[in-house]
Amino acid sequence: MAGQTLYDKLWTQHLVTSRDDGSALIYIDRHLLHEVTSPQAFEGLRLAGRKPWRRDANLATPDHNVPTTLKERSAGNAGILDDVSRIQVETLDANCESFDIEEFRINDERQGIVHVVGPEQGATLPGMTVVCGDSHTATHGAFAALSHGIGTSEVEHVLATQCLIAQKMKNMQVRVEGQLGLGVTAKDIVLAVIGRIGTAGGTGYAIEFAGSALRDLSMEGRMTICNMAIEAGARVGLVAVDDTTIEYLRGRPYAPSAEQWPAAVDAWCELVSDDDAHFDKVVELDAAEIEPQVTWGTSPEMVVNVSATVPDPAEADDETVARGMTRALEYMGLEAGQKMTDIQLDKVFIGSCTNSRIEDLREAAKVAQGRKVADNIQLAMVVPGSGLVKRLAEAEGLDKIFVEAGFEWREPGCSMCLAMNADKLGAGERCASTSNRNFEGRQGYGGRTHLVSPAMAAAAAIEGRFVDVRDYDDASALTKSA
Amino acid sequence: MKKFERLNGLVAPLDRANVDTDLIIPKQFLKSIKRTGFGPNLFDELRYLDEGFPGQDASSRPLNPDFVLNQSRYQGAQVLLARRNFGCGSSREHAPWALDDFGFRVVIAPSFADIFYNNSFKNGILLITLDEATVERLFQETEANEGYRLDIDLEAQTITTPSGEVIAFEADPFRKHCLLEGLDDIGLTLEQSGAIRDFESRHRAAQPWLFRDA
Ligand code: SF4
Repeated sequence: MAGQTLYDKLWTQHLVTSRDDGSALIYIDRHLLHEVTSPQAFEGLRLAGRKPWRRDANLATPDHNVPTTLKERSAGNAGILDDVSRIQVETLDANCESFDIEEFRINDERQGIVHVVGPEQGATLPGMTVVCGDSHTATHGAFAALSHGIGTSEVEHVLATQCLIAQKMKNMQVRVEGQLGLGVTAKDIVLAVIGRIGTAGGTGYAIEFAGSALRDLSMEGRMTICNMAIEAGARVGLVAVDDTTIEYLRGRPYAPSAEQWPAAVDAWCELVSDDDAHFDKVVELDAAEIEPQVTWGTSPEMVVNVSATVPDPAEADDETVARGMTRALEYMGLEAGQKMTDIQLDKVFIGSCTNSRIEDLREAAKVAQGRKVADNIQLAMVVPGSGLVKRLAEAEGLDKIFVEAGFEWREPGCSMCLAMNADKLGAGERCASTSNRNFEGRQGYGGRTHLVSPAMAAAAAIEGRFVDVRDYDDASALTKSA
Repeated sequence: MKKFERLNGLVAPLDRANVDTDLIIPKQFLKSIKRTGFGPNLFDELRYLDEGFPGQDASSRPLNPDFVLNQSRYQGAQVLLARRNFGCGSSREHAPWALDDFGFRVVIAPSFADIFYNNSFKNGILLITLDEATVERLFQETEANEGYRLDIDLEAQTITTPSGEVIAFEADPFRKHCLLEGLDDIGLTLEQSGAIRDFESRHRAAQPWLFRDA
C-alpha cells in the first residue's frame, strides 16, 4: 500500500463518519471567529435554540473593522467612527458573551488579525483541524494543521456540531529546493508559485509545500506561504512538522502543558508525508531562480519579476486571458512593456495576515533604517498583526526606525488589506502592499494594488517607485533575521 | 435551506473570467449583520457609476449602462452564465446571499472556486459546471437570442435549451439530495450526535492537549 500524505493523515485522524457518495463529517479542533462572518451564524443558532457544542474550541477577536490610529483606538469600540462597523464589533462582543466564547477584545493586547493571533497563542497546533470564516485560514497549515476557510453557514454548523461536512481533496506537492537569493523572501516564493500555477491551479487540492527552501524558512515565512495557498485556489496549504515548528510552539499560552509536552511532540513528529506517499500533482521550483516578485494586475497570478516589464495581452495563451489582461491594464493604469521599476507609487502598506508578523517587520525595518520615505509617497504605514507583535517590535526599536524614516506606526488589525476600516486608497491611487489580494477595489474604490514582500514594500516607500531590493549595497543584511 | 427542483429561467451572461467575491459584493456591504438585503449591491462596482455605501437608496444611483445586468433584456434573470473560476477569493457568504437576493437561482460556468461552491449550495443556489466549449456555445446563444431561457431539472440533471437540445450535468449526490429536499445541514449532522461524541472521547484520550477544559 502506498504511503500517506500529510493531508491524508490529518483527514483520517478527524474522520467522524463518511458516506458512500464521498462526503464526510470531520471533527473540528479549533474554530477562530471574527466580527465579519460570524453575526449571521450566531443569529442562526439563536433562532434554532442551539448552543455551541464545545465552547473551549472557539476563540474570537475583532480585526477587520478596528481603527488603527491611536487616537481612535484608545476609545475602544466607541472610537470606531463608522456606525455600521462599530455595531459589527459590538455584536461580536455580545455574541461571545452570551455564548460564553473566549474573545480578545479590541484593546486586549492579545487582539490582532485572527491568523496572527491563533499561532501566536499556540491556539493553532500540529495535528489540529482549524477553521474560520475567512479564506486565509490556510495560514495555519504552516503548523501541519488541516486548516481551511469556511462560509458563514459552515461557521454556524461548526458552532452547533463541532463538525464540518467536507469532501476529501486531492494532493498536490509544491517543492522548492535550493537556497533563496539574498533579499528574496517567503512572499516571493508564494507569488512565484501562484504565477506558475495560476489562481485556479490549486482548486480542489490541498497543497503541501516542501523542499529544502521551505525547511530553511521560519514559521513566519511558512505562514506567509500557506496564507496565500487560497490565492492559488487551494483551500488548504500545509507544511510538515520539524524542529522549527516545535520550537516555535514551546511555552505559548495555549500550547500543551509541560506534562503533556513530550507526548504531544511524539505525536507531532508523525505529521509528515510518507516517503512513498502519492501526490496527484507535483510542482517544482528552484529557489535560486526566484527573484523579488511584483504583481502588475488585478489577480495575484498577474505577477512578474521586479526586473521584468508589464506583460502584453497580445502574447496571452487564449482569448479569455487576453481580455482579462487588457481589462487589468486599464484598471491599473499601466501599459504593456512598461518597466516595473518605472512604476511610481502613492502609498505603501506593510501589514495583513500575510506579512505583519515580527519577522516581516524586521525585514522591512532593515531596509527603512537610516533612510527616508520618498516625497511622492503620501502615506507609508506599518500595521502590526497583533498587540503582542506590536509590543515585541517596540521592544526591538523597530517602531522608531519606521517613524524616523517617515512611516506611520499603527495599532493592530486588518487595516488597508481590505479597507473595511478608515484605512483605504482613493480612486486611482497606487499602492505597494504586503497583503494578499490585488482585486479591483480591494484596498478602496478605484485603488490600485501591487503585491510585494515587506522588504520590497519598504524599498518602494524609500524610492517612491518599485526597485529591486537586491540593488541596495547593504542587501546582504536584508534576508536573515537576527 | 431553500429547495431547488426545477427552474425555467431567463439567462444573463457575465463574460469575464476569475470573477472574485470582492467583485460580487464589495467589502463595505459586509458590515451588515443580516443575511438579506444584499441584492441591490450585487456587482456594485460594475453596476453603478458611483461608489456604493451601506444604507444608500440604490434607486437614485447612476447605473452603468454598459453592464449586462442593467440591460432591459436581462431584467428578471434567474440563471447567470459565467466564465472560469467564478467566485474565487474571499470566503464571504455574502456573495451567494447577494446573488440569491438579486434573484439568481442557478450559476453555470466552466469552473468555480471551492469555498464559493460550498457556500452557494448552503443557500439553495445550484451551481452547474459545464465544459468550456458548451459554456461558450451558451454564451453565443444567449447573446444572439433575446429572452433566452433555460429549463433546468436537478432531479434529471439536465438543462434543456429553447431549441430542445438537452445538456446533461454532474451533481454531487449528497448536495443534490439536500437541494431537492431543502434539508438543513445542522439538523442532519445532529442526528449523528452519538457518533460525534464517540469520536470526541477517543480523540480526547489520544490527544488530550487539544482540549483546554480537560
Ligand atoms: S488581513 Fe486581510 S486577508 Fe487577512 S484576515 Fe484580514 S482582511 Fe482577510
